[in-house]
Amino acid sequence: MSAKLVQGYEVVIGFETHAQLSTQSKIFSRAPTAFGAEPNTQACAVDLALPGTLPVMNKGAVERAIELGLAVGAHVAERSVFARKNYFYPDLPKGYQISQFEIPVVQGGAVEFYLGDEKKTVRLVRAHLEEDAGKSLHEDFIGQSGIDLNRAGTPLLEIVTEPDIRSSEEAVAYAKELHKIVTWIGICDGNMQEGSFRCDANVSVRKPGQPLGTRREIKNLNSFKFMQQAIDFEVRWQIDQIEDGHAIQQATVLFDPDTGETRAMRTKEDAADYRYFPDPDLPPLVIDRDWVERVKSQMSELPRVMAARFVSDYGLPDYDATTLTQSKAMAAYFEAVAQACQQPKLASNWLMGEVSRRLNAGDGSIEACPVSAAQLAALVGRIADGTISNNAGKQVFDALWKGEGEVDALIEAKGLKQMNDSGALDKIVEEVLAANADNVAQYKAGKEKAFNALVGQVMKASKGKANPQQVNEALKAKLAG
Amino acid sequence: MTALHDLSVAALAAELRAKRVSAVETAQHFLARAAQHTARLGAPAEGASNGAFVALNEDATLAQARAADARLAAGTAGRLEGVPIAHKDIFVTRDFPTTAGSKMLSNYRSPFDATVVARLASEGMVTLGKLNCDEFAMGSGNENSAWSAVRNPWDASRIPGGSSGGSAAAVAARLTPAATGTDTGGSIRQPASFCGITGIKPTYGRASRYGMIAYASSLDQAGPMARSAEDCALLLSALCGPDPDRDSTSLDVPAEDFSRDLQRPLQGLRVGIPAEFFGEGLAADVRVPIEAALQALVDQGAVLVPLHLPRTELAIPVYYILAPAEASSNLSRFDGVKFGHRTKNPADLIDMYKKTRAEGFGDEVKRRIMIGTYVLSHGYYDAYYLQAQKIRRMIASDFQQAFTQCDVIAGPVAPTVAWKIGEKSDDPVANYLADIFTLPASLAGLPGLSLPCGLGAGGMPVGLQLIGNYLSEARLLNVAHQYQTATDWHTRQPGATA
Repeated sequence: MSAKLVQGYEVVIGFETHAQLSTQSKIFSRAPTAFGAEPNTQACAVDLALPGTLPVMNKGAVERAIELGLAVGAHVAERSVFARKNYFYPDLPKGYQISQFEIPVVQGGAVEFYLGDEKKTVRLVRAHLEEDAGKSLHEDFIGQSGIDLNRAGTPLLEIVTEPDIRSSEEAVAYAKELHKIVTWIGICDGNMQEGSFRCDANVSVRKPGQPLGTRREIKNLNSFKFMQQAIDFEVRWQIDQIEDGHAIQQATVLFDPDTGETRAMRTKEDAADYRYFPDPDLPPLVIDRDWVERVKSQMSELPRVMAARFVSDYGLPDYDATTLTQSKAMAAYFEAVAQACQQPKLASNWLMGEVSRRLNAGDGSIEACPVSAAQLAALVGRIADGTISNNAGKQVFDALWKGEGEVDALIEAKGLKQMNDSGALDKIVEEVLAANADNVAQYKAGKEKAFNALVGQVMKASKGKANPQQVNEALKAKLAG
Repeated sequence: MTALHDLSVAALAAELRAKRVSAVETAQHFLARAAQHTARLGAPAEGASNGAFVALNEDATLAQARAADARLAAGTAGRLEGVPIAHKDIFVTRDFPTTAGSKMLSNYRSPFDATVVARLASEGMVTLGKLNCDEFAMGSGNENSAWSAVRNPWDASRIPGGSSGGSAAAVAARLTPAATGTDTGGSIRQPASFCGITGIKPTYGRASRYGMIAYASSLDQAGPMARSAEDCALLLSALCGPDPDRDSTSLDVPAEDFSRDLQRPLQGLRVGIPAEFFGEGLAADVRVPIEAALQALVDQGAVLVPLHLPRTELAIPVYYILAPAEASSNLSRFDGVKFGHRTKNPADLIDMYKKTRAEGFGDEVKRRIMIGTYVLSHGYYDAYYLQAQKIRRMIASDFQQAFTQCDVIAGPVAPTVAWKIGEKSDDPVANYLADIFTLPASLAGLPGLSLPCGLGAGGMPVGLQLIGNYLSEARLLNVAHQYQTATDWHTRQPGATA
């Protein structure tokens, strides 16, 4: 492995990501999961852990776990087990969290992505289902804390990697790819501000060839920007410690975006004994092959499968196919344009060029594009059939963006039609040749540049409406004759 | 006419249906009796109360009774319309406080009824009140209640058994024709035996655990307690049934009419007699009536099949590892944050947890939380919890082996009759050892029934235990009913208080 070294150290990172599953109701109760409600209005008797209440598995959460397993090529366990993770905290109503410990529902798998031109593969250890805790609110309560249990029991899928990541850039690329997968298959809304996609990074450093160093876990990285900053800081801090002769202590740390530093929350010595044991309230989760097949048949095409299809069916280069499958909406938009105009490469060029440029000036999502796929297809069609030039196409696109009309009407109104009348073109060519005898002489003397000057004169005389291809052909014919 | 409190559930239901008595009259009659035997509502003179009831709500009871009368009048009555019942205080109820016998929940009111409570109400049963029990169902003598010890109606100086001690005492003293109980390691069968009544713990998963405050989730099971097998069959039919939306461990088997086989003759019944249930630990005064009961079954055509349940003794350590392990986790929710007791003026969060739980829980609960926490701890889990789970599976397979040779297993419920209040209260291990004959069926998840079969030392009742294979409740009730048609032990009344 060609690991990038930092001050002679190899960086080793493993990820744990909590993806909040997009179910309507909680993982073990029927209370709703919507974000942002008044405190404690979305917690039912089960979420409050009232005496006598019991958990009942939400099948929707299981299906989302199955979907992830299929998306990352993992083994979906026929039988997995829920366990209790016991600890006291005010926002943990039962005094234990129901999670999966020894036997998780998703086992193995991998996430593949490009870091620049280099293809990377990060192996997954597992993904397991668990419930979220509530929230402790320390503001607004003088001398006391408030507890909001709306989030308690929200379904989470914790996705754990092997320590395969070798740099902060790769870590961010992995996290972005995983984010793309979970939002693409629709199991998670991916909203990092609202905590729907939370990453913990286990970071250690070592000299190449040495055993793994002691790791520190950076908790709750909720933006890709902070993720990279936090890991970079942590790596430098660990290297400095080691260089100064200090051993790294296993610890959990938090990143402070204001200072740009990581800070230890607790060390291994304070680590709780969670007294895991199988939850006697929940029988083992049994997933038969039929269920997996049913989920599979209802799943949409995965991004890497779709990218491969774009290469084989539309003849797109790998780069185009990968770029266009960054989001489901972009891919769908591309397919609609390509199928309507039958010009996939031209459609791809427009999407990755002009369309992306305009979108990136705004919020960047294709859903916000004011130009419909049908309109772009019509525009691409008019460029392909020679009605307008690519440059004229940009003017039409600008007008479409501003909602000024439809493609053909715009071409007409703006007088952008290329001169396809060969009689008219021949006349202009003859006039240009007559008026530029010196260029003609130079061309005949072997100077290629003189030809380009003639093309420019013809284009100018046609007010840009001549088709450059036809101009070339007409000029060559006349000069040869 | 026979006094209302001497009527069986079946007879009382018939009287109500025939409108010879109203549900309101019936409720008033039983409420007046129950009010003499409360543990925390006022302070009755020493010895006058058996302490069975911990909560009464006359308004709620009479409102239920009036509704029952209305349905009886309208011809929309349930099968048990207007018949009173009282619930062990481990079942949560909307109309009554629910304390689980603990200071931790001294003022707790549930916003919902337990499924078992709701099912019995939907058959028309009228709730009289809540019954005393060992704190969080942990105990064999009802001495661990935060409210008061319950006195055995047969001898007020003795325990009624536990943890469903209030239920057994209330039925025996005819304060209610029926009660619910819960059985984790024998908590229905043993108090039924000690108080001379009939009780059945169904197959694990038959009755919903929703609304039953959890002690040991993999063992807890609800069941009825009444004076006869016939009554228990009626009650069990009403309270069992799948509850898949609320209890994931509820069995996916339809509700049954457990009365259907009551009249079946015992001719050819193979009764397994485990040698381990008849060893040295079995007191002679219990052995004699048990052997007489077995002879009575033989007289009705049954055949005794000697067999072995070789891991009977291991059931004690296995149970006292697994049940506390689950309890230590189940009771974590009682932390002073959301409901129940919270200490006054804690210094900080940890102090609040410590003081709240130190003040709210009694000694036996604390003991089991500590045992459970220990056996689940890192470094001990494999040696205790995992090992106990292995032996639990072996105990279950021993029973399956036994059931290849017999239809039901019979033996004593407990090694002795009810002991004196205070006699074992300083010796938890002595209490644990007395559970030896009820624990194996609990660990295996099998149905078990206790029925009165004679009197032992001090004229105290002795119970015969019948254990059946999974889902064989109808057969157990059949055997018990046939025995009760031939004998009259179940009709004997305590002279002590009633």
